[in-house]
Amino acid sequence: MNKIVSKEQLSSCVYKLEIEAPIVAKAQKPGNFVILRIKEKGERVPFTIVESNPSKGTISIVIRNMGVTRTKLCNLNVGDEIKDILGPLGRRSEISNKGTFLACGNGIRIAALLPIARAMKEAGNKVITIISAKTKDLLILEDEMREISDEIHVLTEDGTHGEKGNFTDPMRKVIEKENIDYCMTIGPVDMMRDCAKVTKEYNIPTRASLYSIMVDGTGMCGACRVSVNGRTKFTCVDGPEFDAHAIDFDGLLLRIDGYRNEESKKLQHLK
Amino acid sequence: MTKEEYKEIYNQEWRKEIRKSVSPKERMAIPRVVMPTVPVEERIHSQRIEVNKGLSLEAAQLEAKRCLDCADPGCMKGCPVGMHIPTFIKNLERGNLLEAAKTAKSISALPAVCGRVCPQEKQCEAQCIYHLKLNKPAVSIGNIERFIADWERESGNAIIPEITEKNGIKIAIIGSGPSGLACAGDLAKLGYDVTVFEALHEIGGVLKYGIPEFCLPNYVVDAEIDNLKALGIKFVPNFVVGVTATIDELREEGFKAFYVATGAGVPKFMNIPGENYNGILSANEYLMRINLMDADDENADTPILTGKNVVVVGGGNTAIDAVRAAKRLGAERSIIVYRRSMDEMPARLEEIHHSQDEGIEFYNLANPIEYLADETGRVNKVRVQMMELGEPDESGRRRPVAIEGNIEEIDCSVVVVAIGVDPNPIIPNSVEGLKTSDWGTIEVDDEKHSSVDDIFAGGDIVRGAATVILAMGDGREAAANIDKKFKSEK
Ligand SMILES: Cc1cc2nc3c(=O)[nH]c(=O)nc-3n(C[C@H](O)[C@H](O)[C@H](O)COP(=O)(O)OP(=O)(O)OC[C@H]3O[C@@H](n4cnc5c(N)ncnc54)[C@H](O)[C@@H]3O)c2cc1C
Ligand SMILES: Cc1cc2nc3c(=O)[nH]c(=O)nc-3n(C[C@H](O)[C@H](O)[C@H](O)COP(=O)(O)OP(=O)(O)OC[C@H]3O[C@@H](n4cnc5c(N)ncnc54)[C@H](O)[C@@H]3O)c2cc1C
Ligand code: SF4
Ligand code: SF4
Ligand code: FES
Repeated sequence: MNKIVSKEQLSSCVYKLEIEAPIVAKAQKPGNFVILRIKEKGERVPFTIVESNPSKGTISIVIRNMGVTRTKLCNLNVGDEIKDILGPLGRRSEISNKGTFLACGNGIRIAALLPIARAMKEAGNKVITIISAKTKDLLILEDEMREISDEIHVLTEDGTHGEKGNFTDPMRKVIEKENIDYCMTIGPVDMMRDCAKVTKEYNIPTRASLYSIMVDGTGMCGACRVSVNGRTKFTCVDGPEFDAHAIDFDGLLLRIDGYRNEESKKLQHLK
Repeated sequence: MTKEEYKEIYNQEWRKEIRKSVSPKERMAIPRVVMPTVPVEERIHSQRIEVNKGLSLEAAQLEAKRCLDCADPGCMKGCPVGMHIPTFIKNLERGNLLEAAKTAKSISALPAVCGRVCPQEKQCEAQCIYHLKLNKPAVSIGNIERFIADWERESGNAIIPEITEKNGIKIAIIGSGPSGLACAGDLAKLGYDVTVFEALHEIGGVLKYGIPEFCLPNYVVDAEIDNLKALGIKFVPNFVVGVTATIDELREEGFKAFYVATGAGVPKFMNIPGENYNGILSANEYLMRINLMDADDENADTPILTGKNVVVVGGGNTAIDAVRAAKRLGAERSIIVYRRSMDEMPARLEEIHHSQDEGIEFYNLANPIEYLADETGRVNKVRVQMMELGEPDESGRRRPVAIEGNIEEIDCSVVVVAIGVDPNPIIPNSVEGLKTSDWGTIEVDDEKHSSVDDIFAGGDIVRGAATVILAMGDGREAAANIDKKFKSEK
């Protein structure tokens, strides 16, 4: 059993939970995720580890309160327990000093970008960050990102916070101005696809972190499969990061909605 | 066991008497017992109703009477672990059930499981004299074995194993399938301090996440796990060795030897066009959602895909399990698509028969070549190349050859791919110097010893996809050899 030791509300619909998981905390590296199951008969659901505290034996995850398991998680409180936590899963990010690093994040998935950007900064890179969200309420971890960035651009699609506009505009500006050596994009599929298109034009090596549907997280079910360079890969063990210029984003977009109808029914049930 | 040792047991007074008590002719006149089953209408709506109801004591003893107690029993040679079959059968016949259970348990760590899931028609029963020489159905060895093991569990007279004095030597078992469990049990009895690490949240490996409850109920497996816990074995779920901690880190924590039993759990796909459409999933995903995450229960959080027509590709146990699960989830048509004919299907015969009773359709000599989808990306058709049987291949089975131009389409909204599995790569990838074959299986010598001094391995990670009984047997052999290693080091 894994106890929740703190809970923080990051915005009206996003929560951060700090959970006891000493073995995972010790082994965690940027890019890793966990699969957890709240209780008996619960679903196994993956979450990026945003930070870990090995001496305290805790990990933190950031959750948006939609969907069945995520809603249930957001409703838990300090002292409640989570039945199973498996991790740290997935290949760690490649962290090294590459020069100038462009970190692109959108919405809730900025949570997955933070540990990688932080590690890249610590490795000596110049970090330029672009974060965005649909609306102010979905923009999270801005202060944390600002702290580790040499330059940061913040936007919302509806203009409720920061600049108003499309992700690719500031991206192009940054790339024209700076010599970008490496880029990481983490967000919804269409955002990552757009980012990848731009960096491809400029031949900037780019990685994207995918959030496929998962069951076991150890390579045993194939639910998380995605086509990369025309070959089928399992996101949980071969990823979650892949070369953004080789991913079949269209196929991924379809597969991510593979259980939409079934999930919606369960969600109705919950409400 | 040597021939002499067997002779001694064979010539015990009680055994001679029971042999003589009924004439062979009378024994041979008894018809093979029929395993009672839950009626199709009742069982077809639940994943959790075991189809076979088990034998009554009378029925089991009557079946035991059929056994001729051969002096040179073929059945024992047919069993991959050399079960003392006639010895437990004759003990059952004379009514000494505890002794019968002891006999079975002296060889198999999991008789209640093997009695249910062994392909008996290819193993013990295939070599029974009834089948080989007498042109009659073999003695129902699997059903008897199951009866004896179930009786032991249910009687409350469970055999309490003797445990040698604890020696404090820490051993790690990696993977909690039949192979890991068998090895853990033997080592604990020999006094070792045993910890079993399991990646999933449930203990039991394929016995839990793969084989459905209508074939092998969870309580049967759980009873075995409880026995192992009573021996002091520690179970650590949610722990992927090689990821959560490496073998090196476990060495630092004092583990002196490792038994790798991580199975062959990586699903194969066919790499044909359209295979990544929604609605197409591996048998592992399909069965895990049901068996491990209760997706068949409306109140559980895990979703499952259902459809009017479900196609399952493959002809092994996994395919049959998946197609029967689909029927139970309410599919109107549950269809097996298999590239060879009915006769070549590797699945257990009993399960093929049960599935036929349940209305499963068989689309034989057909091989998928492409999937088609609707505008949302959900599969709606599978195109299959029709085949005919040609010359026998290396396995001795006749090779399926495409009939040029003969392509058919089957409407479906769910496809389960069950064409086989590859060895789990996590341990081979994470341990330096561990020798593997071209197929990714771990290479071991006759003592189940790998190329790394403190690592032993067995079960599907060594054999590729095999059977429960072989995995179990490997685990026991490895335990004996691990013990030998430490005894010789003293
Ligand atoms: C490696 C990895 C890391 C991840 N990290 C995180 C993370 O850090 N934080 C995080 O929050 N998620 C993360 N995810 C995503 C998360 O695991 C999945 O979204 C998972 O399906 C959530 O399960 P659920 O039961 O809560 O949602 P589901 O019930 O599976 O929710 C998805 C479904 O909910 C329905 N739905 C979606 N939005 C709405 C809406 N607004 N209103 C009504 N219905 C809706 C749709 O039917 C949709 O298909 C990660 C995924 C991966 C693979
Ligand atoms: C659906 C299905 C039906 C079957 N039906 C039959 C049948 O009727 N009769 C029969 O004889 N055989 C059957 N088989 C085959 C049989 O189940 C296997 O041969 C047998 O289970 C192999 O046992 P094992 O102990 O080697 O591995 P498994 O049972 O596969 O167990 C391996 C375990 O190791 C865990 N693991 C893997 N990597 C790690 C790691 N790094 N750290 C920790 N844990 C790890 C896995 O999660 C798994 O639980 C069936 C198989 C399937 C899939
Ligand atoms: S273990 Fe399997 S093969 Fe051996 S006797 Fe029992 S049922 Fe037959
Ligand atoms: S071969 Fe058949 S009849 Fe002979 S001992 Fe074995 S089970 Fe009995
Ligand atoms: S989640 Fe099962 S293979 Fe990746």
